[in-house]
Amino acid sequence: MDPASARAPEGRRPPGARARWTDEQVDQLLGNLLRIGVIVATIVAVIGGVLLLAQRGLAPASGHVFTGEPPELRSVGGILRAVAAGHPDAIVQLGLVLLIATPVARVAMSLVAFILQRDRIYIVVTTIVLALLIFSLTGGIPG
Amino acid sequence: MSLLLFTGLVGIGAFSAGMLGALTGLGGGMVIVPMLTILFHVDLRYAIGASLVSVIATSSGAAAAYVKEGYTNVRVGMLLEVATTLGALGGAYLAGRIGTGAIAVIFAIVLLYSAYRSTKPLAEHVMAQDDDPLSRRLRLASTYPTRKGLQPYGVKAVPAGFSLMLVAGVLSGLLGIGSGALKVLAMDQLMHLPFKVSTTTSNFMIGVTAAASAGIYLSRGYIDPGLALPVMLGVLAGALVGARILAGANTMVLRRIFAAVIIALALEMAYKGIRGGL
Repeated sequence: MDPASARAPEGRRPPGARARWTDEQVDQLLGNLLRIGVIVATIVAVIGGVLLLAQRGLAPASGHVFTGEPPELRSVGGILRAVAAGHPDAIVQLGLVLLIATPVARVAMSLVAFILQRDRIYIVVTTIVLALLIFSLTGGIPG
Repeated sequence: MSLLLFTGLVGIGAFSAGMLGALTGLGGGMVIVPMLTILFHVDLRYAIGASLVSVIATSSGAAAAYVKEGYTNVRVGMLLEVATTLGALGGAYLAGRIGTGAIAVIFAIVLLYSAYRSTKPLAEHVMAQDDDPLSRRLRLASTYPTRKGLQPYGVKAVPAGFSLMLVAGVLSGLLGIGSGALKVLAMDQLMHLPFKVSTTTSNFMIGVTAAASAGIYLSRGYIDPGLALPVMLGVLAGALVGARILAGANTMVLRRIFAAVIIALALEMAYKGIRGGL
């Protein structure tokens, strides 16, 4: 059975708001956004991974010793500069950052949807979540 | 061990963890960190960073399929994400302040609890009416597709669910796990959401929660690209394969096996955490 055919979109609209977007349309859009985000991030990271292994595949792995990543792999700006310089580990890191950004983009899209639905309570709720995420991604808490 | 061999072995391990996690519904994040630290002798901080990235990948990958099925309650998810992201920021902050030994012991306790939980089926309490004043004010009630068509459901105990989500967020940020078990517990036992809704909504939230702590792990230099990539790819591929073969699998037997693996890993983690071998 197809759940899509059994749906009554009007039933989930917030009362009183003449929503141009139904919750279902928002759901569909969010689902696609997440999928595209994961695919793009994976492709970028895999390209970097192949280059990394081609360059250093036979060198010993060093994961058991904790040194912390170098500064250029710790911030979005640093990663982009290292990508421009052609460092394969920075390309992998860029893919990972894109992956981390996917749920953030999803929250941002939800905010747009709640604004279009004029859903005041959830505009506030979603803004709080988005602010916390941006605070974290911009290195808000020092180590 | 060369980087090539290390990458291959970690990838295979992560694939198995992702597949078992999907088949048992417990998520791969639970076993990734103990596997990396105990089997591969990876530093606990790198292991947690890699696990967080894999948690985001599986959550977003699975959510893409779930959201379209119309089970996810976006309002409940967003409201509770305020609690989980706050908790995750706190947990990630703590992770940099307390020693790896203490983190390993907390991890072991959470593993043992999850193993215990996974073999005890929970009862579903769906309410057709939405009587809770706070839930009505926040318009949390919704419908979900069943064989008999769309079924309405109400939500209760919002403050209690919110509080438990804070704890789930702290554990996620501290241990690099999705805390899916705790999220489901809050949603279907305290807030009385239907199983399918709480599972999918929890999955929807896991990625956002993990992203909140991943940002902090990245800026601290705890996310190692050479390690996180095979872990992320392995878990994601394993989860996709696991979800495909889920229909027709005997999940109770699998859950018991998985629980046994988790208990063994927990004891090893606790031992190493106390002795200082991590």
